[in-house]
Amino acid sequence: MPLRQSTNQQSGNNIVSAPFIASGQSISGVMRHVIYALCPAAVVAFYCFGWGILTNLVIACAGALLWESLMLYLRNRPITSYVTDNSALVTAILLGLALPPMAPWWLLLTGTFFAIAVAKQLYGGLGYNALNPAMAGYAVLLISFPREMSAWLAPLALPVADLGFFETVAWVIFNDLPNDVTFDTFTSATPLDYLRTEISRGVSFSEVRVSPVVGAIAGKGVEWINLAVLLGGLWLCYKKLISWHIPVTVLAGLGVLSGAFHFYAPERFADPGFHLFSGATMLCAFFIATDPVTAPVTPLGKIIYGFLIGFLTYIIRTWGGYPDAVAFAVLLMNFTAPLLDQYTQPRIYGAGQRKGGARNG
Amino acid sequence: MIKRILKKTLWQKPLFLKRQLKKAKQLQGGIKLQGFKSLSNATPVQTLPVPPQLIIPLKQHIGEAAKPIVNVGSQVYKGQIIAEPNGYISSPVHASSSGVVAAIEARPIPHASHIRETCIVIHTDGKDQWHPSVQSMPKPLALSAEDLRRRIREAGIAGLGGAVFPSAVKLKPTSEIGTLIINGVECEPYITCDDVLMRYHADAIIQGALLLARIVRPRKIVVAIEDNKPQACQSITNAINRFKAAGVTAANTIHAAQVPEIFPAGGEKQLIKVLTGKEVPSGSLPYELGIVCLNVGTTAAIYDALYLGQPLVSRIMTVTGEGLDAPGNYRVSLGTPIHYVLAHAGFARQQNAEVIMGGPMMGVAIADHAAPVVKATNCLLIKNTRQIRQPAASMPCIRCGQCATVCPIRLLPQQLYWHARSKAFEKLANYHIDDCIECGCCQVVCPAKLPLVHYFRFAKSEIKARGRERKKADVSRLRNEARCVRLEKIRIEQEERKARRKAIRKQVKPPDTNPDQSMPVSSNASSSEGVIPEAQTEESPPLVKHEDQAKTMVR
Ligand code: SF4
Ligand code: SF4
Repeated sequence: MPLRQSTNQQSGNNIVSAPFIASGQSISGVMRHVIYALCPAAVVAFYCFGWGILTNLVIACAGALLWESLMLYLRNRPITSYVTDNSALVTAILLGLALPPMAPWWLLLTGTFFAIAVAKQLYGGLGYNALNPAMAGYAVLLISFPREMSAWLAPLALPVADLGFFETVAWVIFNDLPNDVTFDTFTSATPLDYLRTEISRGVSFSEVRVSPVVGAIAGKGVEWINLAVLLGGLWLCYKKLISWHIPVTVLAGLGVLSGAFHFYAPERFADPGFHLFSGATMLCAFFIATDPVTAPVTPLGKIIYGFLIGFLTYIIRTWGGYPDAVAFAVLLMNFTAPLLDQYTQPRIYGAGQRKGGARNG
Repeated sequence: MIKRILKKTLWQKPLFLKRQLKKAKQLQGGIKLQGFKSLSNATPVQTLPVPPQLIIPLKQHIGEAAKPIVNVGSQVYKGQIIAEPNGYISSPVHASSSGVVAAIEARPIPHASHIRETCIVIHTDGKDQWHPSVQSMPKPLALSAEDLRRRIREAGIAGLGGAVFPSAVKLKPTSEIGTLIINGVECEPYITCDDVLMRYHADAIIQGALLLARIVRPRKIVVAIEDNKPQACQSITNAINRFKAAGVTAANTIHAAQVPEIFPAGGEKQLIKVLTGKEVPSGSLPYELGIVCLNVGTTAAIYDALYLGQPLVSRIMTVTGEGLDAPGNYRVSLGTPIHYVLAHAGFARQQNAEVIMGGPMMGVAIADHAAPVVKATNCLLIKNTRQIRQPAASMPCIRCGQCATVCPIRLLPQQLYWHARSKAFEKLANYHIDDCIECGCCQVVCPAKLPLVHYFRFAKSEIKARGRERKKADVSRLRNEARCVRLEKIRIEQEERKARRKAIRKQVKPPDTNPDQSMPVSSNASSSEGVIPEAQTEESPPLVKHEDQAKTMVR
């Protein structure tokens, strides 16, 4: 039978049963779109922070690919087909954007090691990781190297020293600076950090608001990056690569809680706009919390997940030990995803006309 | 190309009855597929000549296989019943042409693997002579509903959309019927047999629908047509108007409704949701909602059966795919070998291509081209590498949720996949795997290119097999228990009898001789009593073992 032979010749994965139509999509395609969506943010960040962003991204990507290939090799998996799925690059870019610009090379390599080798590959690789790799790497760095992790470049908008390309590379690799500058001259606290320390000193929010670190909505520079991320995220939603549930609810959760507290004591608590456009809020809402592998899959589950991330972010930012809380909020909620999935199954076609649960319509 | 498949949920309003709540009527999920319908829908139906040999399977419908009532060597005529229904959900089988029964034996049937089932092989004589019982009937509408239903059953009519459920069973509703849906939604790509039927034989469909209305007495009849078939819709509307103009009052209850082009809107349950907003409860039949749904092809076949008296001996099917000289729709006698059909459509045998029965979404790749065309064969599709292909390799699931978005049943295919892979069958039941209609939407959109439906089929058959095994184990356990009780009873009875006899003996023979001598005598005299307890002791250990086995099987 010619037919049997033809099916046998093809490799083992080929299954001769319906449907006989192949998907036009692929994982690498999905990931490529996510990378495209991050491009505006990278450009704006480059504009705000200079070469330090570029070194971050390049080293992170190189590190991620290196660890990914190495782990795939050790785990005896096909290297090319898995490395080309671009998922490691997405993790690397997220990490590169989340870390302080001009981070030293070893920081980036350690971060990507924890993200890719430990949080992702040791758990079984793409699709099997319980925790968001980028955030796992970030959290490990934040705990291990608090000094480096809080040394944020001051945005170029502020009148501080500006390093050229070669000076940046020299700093990142050899920890060398030109003679006339010290590290402190071009770093500053992040707006969120600034807000915390000022408010804990008893300075009111309206005073913080007018300080030079703060721009129109939130921190100078950071607000523009957040806007660019928002743009890319909306494009992803439009492309239906992410559903609206998580981004909307993360932002709503954070917005509602910060709004309530700001309304209660405007001088002690920052307004929602400040929170929404500070730190990694937008990155979290559109790119990190929506990481499909570690988020719930049911619509209702996503909604609960998103709200809780928003709430946790606000709580940790306001009363926790770290200025930005996105990483911990996401990691904490990652643990709940399987449970949420279990209890929020949508009502299937023809099941009793129960009202709850059927939210995907 | 397939890239144009948009993963898109059905947000469009159904165009029918806009007054009602639009939210209730969305079919959730589903995908848009490129149709490729113009390959085969441009020409009217051609009739294929009768082949020299017909292979007619006894089971072409859902339910019990029919029982043959002809012998090898007997002369049969077209339309003659050659196998009788065997049970309530069953259907008779007719000779598709005149000739001689050459064999009743297992032959390959259209299936993905080389499965053989009993078929009646007829060597045709080329005369194509109808059996004398096939007589046209002038006024079938005058017959009673019961009579009509009996004739539909005798004509062997089963759902020609592909499900082949015996129609007569569907037409025996237990509750009052509000809507009769005539399903002309051919949502699978490539298939056009219903489309051309509606274009060129609209009258037969309408007359068939009116006959059906006579049986189930619905308040209204809806002919559902996908909105990518404007000609078919026009033709149906024209036919309805003709009937109205001719003064057929019943035609006033019929109207054509367009439904959005989305796969799988043509599935019975999905169509009911789109048209009426109601959902058929899981595990029950549409008539419990007061709805009966039949395919247009079936309706036309019912017209043939009742007006012309012709049982279901042929069907219209699409033969299509690139690489065919003459794609189109053909009226093919049931039992015609598939390679005969393909040769007529200009399929070069040396092309090493697979043939799919049905559409690309839910069809089966046919293992053996010698298999016959059956009642379910609505399409033969040449699997061409350019459009119809399956991915070579898959990646791990990234839980992106695209599959859940397109699932028309709102299942969570990624969870099903996960549990099917780890064979967690109880979990699968929790995630309602039984409700999966195997439509394939999830697999088509999956970026990881996972063979999801394959896993689901595997898991379903596994669950079924386990259920069967459990039932068997239960039955044998019960049987064993009953047997033990029985044996125990016999033993007790025997002991009682023995005791009684002893007592009698004691009374008769007071304490003179020793009992040791008397015992052998008594056991010889009543041999049956002596033997059975022994046999029993021999039998009881294996008995206990059996029971244990049954219990472990239950677990
Ligand atoms: S579409 Fe494929 S990759 Fe995405 S969740 Fe479903 S099974 Fe997983
Ligand atoms: S094949 Fe089953 S799980 Fe997949 S979309 Fe269709 S009904 Fe849903």
